[in-house]
Amino acid sequence: MNITLNGHTCWAKPGETILDVSRREGVNIPTLCHMSDFSPTGSCRLCTVEVENAGSLVPACAYPVHEGMEVRTNSPRVRRARKTIIELLIANHPQDCLFCVRSGNCELQKLTQEYGVRTHRYEGERRRARIDIASPAIERDPEKCILCGRCVRVCHEVQHVGAIDFVHRGFKSAVAPALERSLNTVPCVDCGQCVVNCPVGALTEKSNQKPVWEAINDPERFVVVQVAPAVRVALGEEFGAEPGTVVTGKTVAALRRLGFDRVFDTNFSADLTIIEEANELLGRLKNEGVTPMLTSCSPGWVKFIEHYYPDLLGNLSSCKSPHEMQGALLKSYYAQKIGVDPSRMYVVSVMPCTAKKYEAQRPELGGAYADVDAVITTRELARMIRVAGIDFFKLPNEGFDDPLGESTGAGAIFGAAGGVMEAALRTAHFYLTGSDMKSLTFAPIRGLDGVKQADVRIGDFTLKVAAVSGLKNIKSLLDDMRDGTSPFHFIEVMACPGGCVNGGGQPLPTTPEKVRLRTESIYQIDRESPRRCSHRNESVQKLYAEFLGEPNGHTAHELLHTHYVARDEF
Amino acid sequence: MTKQQHMPEIYGKYPKKDASCLIDLLQDVQEQFGYLPDSEMQQVAKHVDIPVSRVYGVATFYNQFRFQPLGKYVIKVCRGTACHVQGSLGILTTLENELGIKAGQTTKDLMFTIETVACIGACSIAPVIAINDEFHGGLTTKSLQKLLRGYQKRSAKDEVTA
Amino acid sequence: MNAFSSICFENCWHSAEKPCPRFVDCVHGGQQCGDAAQSAERLARYRRELLLEEHDTPVILVGMGTCGLANGAQVLHDALVAECAARELTVSIIPVGCVGYCAREVIVDVKLPGRPRISYCEVKAADIPAIVERTLQHGEVLEEKLLGVESRDAEAGWQDYPLLSELPFFAKQRKINLENCGVTDPENIDQYLVRGGYRALTSVLNGREPQEVIDDALVAGLRGRGGGGFPTGKKWQFARDTEADKKYLICNADEGDPGAFMDRALLEGDPHRVVEGMIVAAYAIGASYGYIYCRAEYPLAIRRLEKTLQSAREYGLLGKNILGSGFDFDMRIKKGAGAFVCGEETALMQSIEGRRGMPRPRPPFPTTAGLFGKPTVINNVETYANVTTVFKYGPEHYAGIGTESSKGTKIFALSGQVCNVGLVEVPMGVTLREIVFDIGGGIPGGRKFKAVQIGGPSGGALPESVIDTPVDYESLKEVGAMMGSGGLVVMDESTCMVDLAKYFMTFIQSESCGKCIPCREGTKRLLETLERLSRSHRDENSQEDALLRFQGMVYLERLASVIKDTSLCGLGQTAANPVLSTLHYFREEYEAHLYERHCPAGACKELLTYTIDTDKCNGCGLCARKCPQDAIIGSKRQAHYIIDEKCIRCDQCRVNCNFDAICVN
Repeated sequence: MNITLNGHTCWAKPGETILDVSRREGVNIPTLCHMSDFSPTGSCRLCTVEVENAGSLVPACAYPVHEGMEVRTNSPRVRRARKTIIELLIANHPQDCLFCVRSGNCELQKLTQEYGVRTHRYEGERRRARIDIASPAIERDPEKCILCGRCVRVCHEVQHVGAIDFVHRGFKSAVAPALERSLNTVPCVDCGQCVVNCPVGALTEKSNQKPVWEAINDPERFVVVQVAPAVRVALGEEFGAEPGTVVTGKTVAALRRLGFDRVFDTNFSADLTIIEEANELLGRLKNEGVTPMLTSCSPGWVKFIEHYYPDLLGNLSSCKSPHEMQGALLKSYYAQKIGVDPSRMYVVSVMPCTAKKYEAQRPELGGAYADVDAVITTRELARMIRVAGIDFFKLPNEGFDDPLGESTGAGAIFGAAGGVMEAALRTAHFYLTGSDMKSLTFAPIRGLDGVKQADVRIGDFTLKVAAVSGLKNIKSLLDDMRDGTSPFHFIEVMACPGGCVNGGGQPLPTTPEKVRLRTESIYQIDRESPRRCSHRNESVQKLYAEFLGEPNGHTAHELLHTHYVARDEF
Repeated sequence: MTKQQHMPEIYGKYPKKDASCLIDLLQDVQEQFGYLPDSEMQQVAKHVDIPVSRVYGVATFYNQFRFQPLGKYVIKVCRGTACHVQGSLGILTTLENELGIKAGQTTKDLMFTIETVACIGACSIAPVIAINDEFHGGLTTKSLQKLLRGYQKRSAKDEVTA
Repeated sequence: MNAFSSICFENCWHSAEKPCPRFVDCVHGGQQCGDAAQSAERLARYRRELLLEEHDTPVILVGMGTCGLANGAQVLHDALVAECAARELTVSIIPVGCVGYCAREVIVDVKLPGRPRISYCEVKAADIPAIVERTLQHGEVLEEKLLGVESRDAEAGWQDYPLLSELPFFAKQRKINLENCGVTDPENIDQYLVRGGYRALTSVLNGREPQEVIDDALVAGLRGRGGGGFPTGKKWQFARDTEADKKYLICNADEGDPGAFMDRALLEGDPHRVVEGMIVAAYAIGASYGYIYCRAEYPLAIRRLEKTLQSAREYGLLGKNILGSGFDFDMRIKKGAGAFVCGEETALMQSIEGRRGMPRPRPPFPTTAGLFGKPTVINNVETYANVTTVFKYGPEHYAGIGTESSKGTKIFALSGQVCNVGLVEVPMGVTLREIVFDIGGGIPGGRKFKAVQIGGPSGGALPESVIDTPVDYESLKEVGAMMGSGGLVVMDESTCMVDLAKYFMTFIQSESCGKCIPCREGTKRLLETLERLSRSHRDENSQEDALLRFQGMVYLERLASVIKDTSLCGLGQTAANPVLSTLHYFREEYEAHLYERHCPAGACKELLTYTIDTDKCNGCGLCARKCPQDAIIGSKRQAHYIIDEKCIRCDQCRVNCNFDAICVN
């Protein structure tokens, strides 16, 4: 069908909204509450446009096109309405852009500029609320909230957690955790999907920059940093690079210039995780242990199952997540190796994740000292690089330190949903058959679908596997497990949709397109790696020979495995 | 508490995992307890299988639900248009001054709660208030004070006999 | 009681499980099959009894709607029972709904055998002995309490008493939807049946195709009575045309407009009429289940509705295989939990589904994807009552009432500063003047009429200059108001229009659901602007405050128009109407507040000044003791003085002064 958009005739499909057509035609319409792939709520009214004979203005995000419709997206009436709406938002918003962590990257601030808001046209009462800093991962500043509802929708509809929701009504409306308690006392899984969907500074990660700077500046401390697989494909965005640009070498260089004593790669321990996990899986299959086995690298997911399916904790792999393994090794194997007192060592993890901040504080992860002392997100690292005056793209490419810096393509793909599964299958195949598989690519478990399943033939054994990302998608599989009807042997679960590339600590704003590009780069790193199977990692092999002994052996268990806690739903 | 024993009756009335019963359930719980205790909201959430945050979000949306116990006498002040033009704001202010609480609050001795309602539909006798569903119409500041004295005496007497 | 279910003749097999299609005809028109003359006579006699055409004992009807109860009808009823028992009189005492004349409640009707009905008004419990003794025992009329008689009875010497139908309050009304209210026992289904109840349903189920029913609704020209005035038949057609495995029907009984109580009166006074209309509508669209979403603040209505549904089921009028037609339909009552916004269709559906009552964007319209995603028709109480009327009297007859574009009658809740507060039903097209002055009897106390607010918070305040506007959907819109659900609040010169606008904004502000920005944030700023207008200059701390007062006024209309243009739902889109209409008709009053800091009506408390008339004050000191702010000083037996800076204008001094010495300016 044809519609007229600002006087130009253009083509449209039945069922599309005005917004769909406008975006395709290159006509920008501002939105705040809109989320692609979600049903429209029509709450922010910023996308209002004028439709001939429609009476009042209509929301482009929710209004379907019809043949011959005449739409004006840029009339004085529309501009005035949008500007007024922005002014109304500003009137109930703390005017502290100067100090706000989202300044320069804030959707409201951007709109204020675009629509030329230069004065306070409306003044009056403002919403007052206390900042909630009790969670180890996420900070909430309800005064900055513009009630677009994106966090609520992602928490309920994508993650099925429902830690937060709208409360009260009218001008008193707010987004708050259940019973208006603080976030750490409700079953929030700290995944940070609310943070990456927040258009303003109402939801942010809890910053750990200060303790990290303090550690760096403390001459007594030996400060070691590790970088997660998904950070290197996203950090570049913070400095203006195209989404998906791989910046591994520059990241290492930047970390050295920030003053870290050693820079290691979490991909190393990702390889290690695979060795342990593949052995654990084969052990369970051989000894008729509890299956399906569930992966345990995603701390948001681990917290989810602890809260909502504690009866299934036996299915969860006992492997620590890679950065915790790395931390444990750094404070034992490596500290011993270089002769540094582990009490002096300070381990920092740069993660695409907010839940890792909470994970690092779990008491069972560490012995005398915590495995990992501080977790900073990709965004926080970018801020540290900026404040240090480092011109990121002028840096040379540098390599990780040895020996916890070597990694294979299998470790790299941990950053994308399905990657852990794929890496584990490569190694499991080797363990079962004694040879590497012909093609190392498992197409059925790649991509951004929420649930991907495959039957993998290894020798004469058919392994039924699934890779799930986004917590909503795991529920039906867990319910099957409860009923004893699950057909699977092995399930990978990532809390965030798309995996770590879309983690709660990644650069903002995150769009589905950016997630796709970051994922592609992850697989590109794998393709270009000289070794693509974890069991081929020579440093890992050496580690077992020198220190750990057997996979799943005694030392490995002590350092690399953990246990879980059943938590109340509330 | 004896109240606890009645609870299965409330929940048994509604099918599990049916979120459309949420408001009915909350109304029943409130009828039982006079307000919505946190623990019951958690119980309701389990029963209909939705997050507690959603239960609380729904409960705080509607005027009917309370989160603290109410006073023995609940005074509803009608703020309908007819009452407004007949001076119900003055009635409310007097009431607030006399009892030393604001609308929506309960006196410390748990005797009186003041609430405002949009319209109780007794426009013919505006301005009107209802004390525990007993209507008192055509009020003036003076007649209200007198009325209140009566209730205060009554509550004092109840105290003595109790 | 409920005798129609058992009174029929030996051959009758009608039951809820196996309903007879001719049951209602039988009840209404006499025995339809068989030839037992005895039972035919028994039926006829029972009918005459129900209609009070033939009865042996006196019948007393007590108006016990909410307004009656609020005026002490329960106490009175109990006194009446006790008095009759004490005098050993056999009398049947029937509680009935509201006859509409709320100003004269409690209304008690006495029907002596063979005499016309006598209506007493403003009856108090203390009047009961006199009524019992003089009317019941001696057959005399108690003239000091008489409202009127049903017909003049020369035989009894009652030829000079006023006729009820000729009273100014009733004369210009046309009661068709309210025909049963106040004259029948709403809890007795037989009383409804005998007055032609469920004939509309029978006529529809026996031989009318659903499409024909919709066509009839269109012929009748019936439009929704909930506010917007959308043609009811058209709405039904949309739902009928949508394919679905299940369809729902909802009755919106969440009457939340302050100053409106039409729906309550209908539900309390004639609930079967509403239920019957719903079943007809369900048949037309093919709905299998219905909900009545009723305010929890209407406990009496809910109780009566429950009883109504139960007795309709017992009679085979609701449930499976209604009247043997093969059509299944049942419904339940959902209690609202107190949110004005749930009067909005999509919000109401959210609430039934157990969510926060927040509207969602349309399209898709509820007739396509409504409750639980299924096609759903929502009409309000009065619309369903009208449906019954349309099919009871025929669509052509119905179309003959009213104006070209607005058919039928409209019920209004007349309240405020008007003599005859009450519920009135008028044909569309009468003027506001007729309602306020002829039916309503004008303004009490000799004060001047100022405005009438029509359409509740979404409507507008209309001044004398447009009071000759006929009441129909289009004309009201033209003058900046709307039909709304039917609240009519009359205001005299003591009402300040800025205060009125502020009142409505306060209401809308507290009832806004908070979903969309223009309504949530915009109405707050509108309210603040109005508050600044009526705030005392004593509370303005700086020039900036004064500047804000002016700035708000400058942007007021711009803001109001954006709220109207961009809000998500109907409530938001009309939220600014009270401001816009008062600004249009009473701009000079706004200006007086803004520039002169003066409230011409003397209603904005903070703009008042309290002083003491030194000539009248004898220095008793009462006011000083009553003042909560210690703002009054003076020595004993000397004239006192009010410190203006301390005065909060609580009015306590004026109320308590015994010498009229407090002047308010």
